[in-house]
Amino acid sequence: MNKMENMTGAKALMTAMEKEGVKQVFGLPGGANLPMYDEFARCDIRHILVRHEQSAAHMADGFGRVSRKPGVCFATSGPGATNILTGIATAQADSAPMIAVTGQVPVNMIGKDAFQESDIIGMANPVVKYAFQPRTAAEVPEVVKKGFFIAETGRPGPVLIDIPKDVQINEEPMNFPDEFKIQGYHPWADPDIVNVEKAIDMLLHAEKPIILAGGGAIISSAFAELQAIAETLMLPVVTTFKGKGAFPETHPLSLGPIGMHGHAEANKMMTEADCVLAIGTRFSDRSVGTFEAFEKRLKIIHMDVDPAEIGKNQTAQIAVIGDVRVNLRVMVKLLLQKAIKKTEETPWIKHVKETKAYWKENLKLHPGEMGAAKILRKLRELLPKESIITTEVGQHQMWASLFYDVIQPGTFFSSTGLGTMGWGFPAAIGAKVAKPDVPVVDIAGDGSFSMTENSLATAVLEDIPVIVFLLNNSSLGMVAQWQRTFYGRRMIGVDQQSCPDYVKLAESYGAQGIRAQSMDELDKAIKTALSSNVATVIDIPIDPEEDVLPFVAPGTSLSDMILPS
Amino acid sequence: MWAILSILVENKPGILFKITHLFRSRNFNIDSISVGITENPDYSKMTITTYGDEKQIEQIVKQLDKMIDTVKVEHLDEHKTVFRELSLFKIKLSNANDSMEINKLANAYGGKVHDVKKDSIMVELTATPDQIKAFEELAKPFGIIDVARTGVAALQRSGA
Repeated sequence: MNKMENMTGAKALMTAMEKEGVKQVFGLPGGANLPMYDEFARCDIRHILVRHEQSAAHMADGFGRVSRKPGVCFATSGPGATNILTGIATAQADSAPMIAVTGQVPVNMIGKDAFQESDIIGMANPVVKYAFQPRTAAEVPEVVKKGFFIAETGRPGPVLIDIPKDVQINEEPMNFPDEFKIQGYHPWADPDIVNVEKAIDMLLHAEKPIILAGGGAIISSAFAELQAIAETLMLPVVTTFKGKGAFPETHPLSLGPIGMHGHAEANKMMTEADCVLAIGTRFSDRSVGTFEAFEKRLKIIHMDVDPAEIGKNQTAQIAVIGDVRVNLRVMVKLLLQKAIKKTEETPWIKHVKETKAYWKENLKLHPGEMGAAKILRKLRELLPKESIITTEVGQHQMWASLFYDVIQPGTFFSSTGLGTMGWGFPAAIGAKVAKPDVPVVDIAGDGSFSMTENSLATAVLEDIPVIVFLLNNSSLGMVAQWQRTFYGRRMIGVDQQSCPDYVKLAESYGAQGIRAQSMDELDKAIKTALSSNVATVIDIPIDPEEDVLPFVAPGTSLSDMILPS
Repeated sequence: MWAILSILVENKPGILFKITHLFRSRNFNIDSISVGITENPDYSKMTITTYGDEKQIEQIVKQLDKMIDTVKVEHLDEHKTVFRELSLFKIKLSNANDSMEINKLANAYGGKVHDVKKDSIMVELTATPDQIKAFEELAKPFGIIDVARTGVAALQRSGA
């Protein structure tokens, strides 16, 4: 039994978070969370100040994805709380562990339309894994304990803890429980040997089997298992965009991501395959195109930690529910026991390798010196393999998917589900806090970067030297591409008119700004950025007319790929 | 298909909102809903009737099950379940015979008559939704002034 100590709700919050191993909080103070902020003066948790609460949430998200422990963000009530909603929804869409702590007006003011009151619990409910609002200070320790447990177990996600101001201030005897019960929450399933065995059988009998690795393979760190299975059964590996880098993209069996802007060889082979081992994916429309066309010709083995994903978008012949790493381990073991090891190259694998080689040679790229492919391949060439990439959302994101090969699994992160512009830069800051010793690069576009560019203040003042690799086409490029492709080149609302000057912008924050207009300059700029201990923006002007290709138009299937002409 | 879902939830504020919100956000429909506390005051039971094809119903059950506040979610087989709904009908009385006719009709459906006034009568009917619908059709010609229904309550038969 723990000794009961008298303390305030705010102090209990910080103490409980320290017990969970929290070392830093990303946030911004305001009237309703001041008692919590006052506790920073009396504890070892570092506070990292942001200039907008949305960025605090993205930083916590980036930290969570890289460290696999929930990142924590703080915001005040009302507008502070609504500002983090986008960040919470982003984490939910990508199953990222996060704890968002908001201040709330005092309990007796709730429902009175008080100053800076917002019903954040009601607003956040559809985009959180769970939300708590402790009504007494004594509830705080257990709420924190449960919150972290929910955020990081099973399919991870964001948890909101909304704490009324009087609950922060009130002093009560506190019990910090080691054990607790959440009756309706069962994040773990036993390994499913029966269905894994069936899955092996189905894969062995398929003529053209393929692995589709999703974000779940990265979240559960199933890298070694995935590679062992691919090599043992000689299976080509495609990924979803979120699963990019679950498998080394330099591996001979790797075909890269499928989807709307998937690799040509990946989309081709996905549509030719007759059986897929789908690992931790929800078969999003951006990955598979129309649901009907995708499942028509395929036998699907679906592994997922979330039972509700089975049968939601695609009908699976075999479902393996539970942590994908646990079940892939079972598969590796069974393959060893049965001494199954494919050595002979099947006609399918031969065809896969030929297709891959063909597209490596024949995919038409932008002819200019500063085409997206050349720029991103240069970045890959100069970055150490353990470097972490985050991306913004837009054309540059899809070019990163096409042309930046992930060598070390689990080093590529993006807002893939919600597609939140402005995510990449603050997420890079969070990632760098989680792994200060590796280079962290935000592959950015000017449209997306401008949404959270004021995080430069955080990067500089908090000494978090990340690199913003800005492919600057001075436009909302992806929208411009759709207007060129589907709306008769009527360009509306997409021209950013070279405003602002990103080198000057970086410098005004005390960051380093470098413009790179040739491959030589780019080479130097990347090397300078890597050897600097200050945040750097590399501004790379590119052709605003360059499209992302291949392109599978929305509402069509992967076989209807538009290729560069 | 029509489905009866029985959902045991923790008896905390805000759960009804979350459950109904799930139906809205996942594009499912609620046909009827009833909520009441169970013999254990820590839990409430919600009975929701809904429509959808087999795949949709399976998805609803899985999504409900995934919710942290739900303790047990069951898709009840209507052939192995007792399910009833309480309804109140206020019906217009236009001529002298109407009162007697409506009394007869109510009796035939096992209903009770309340609040007999000069120009209206109220019928209380506890039955299955189909029976209530049938009664409503027969009462329509008299002129229905108002209806209130509780939604279905359901319990699986023992040994079923």
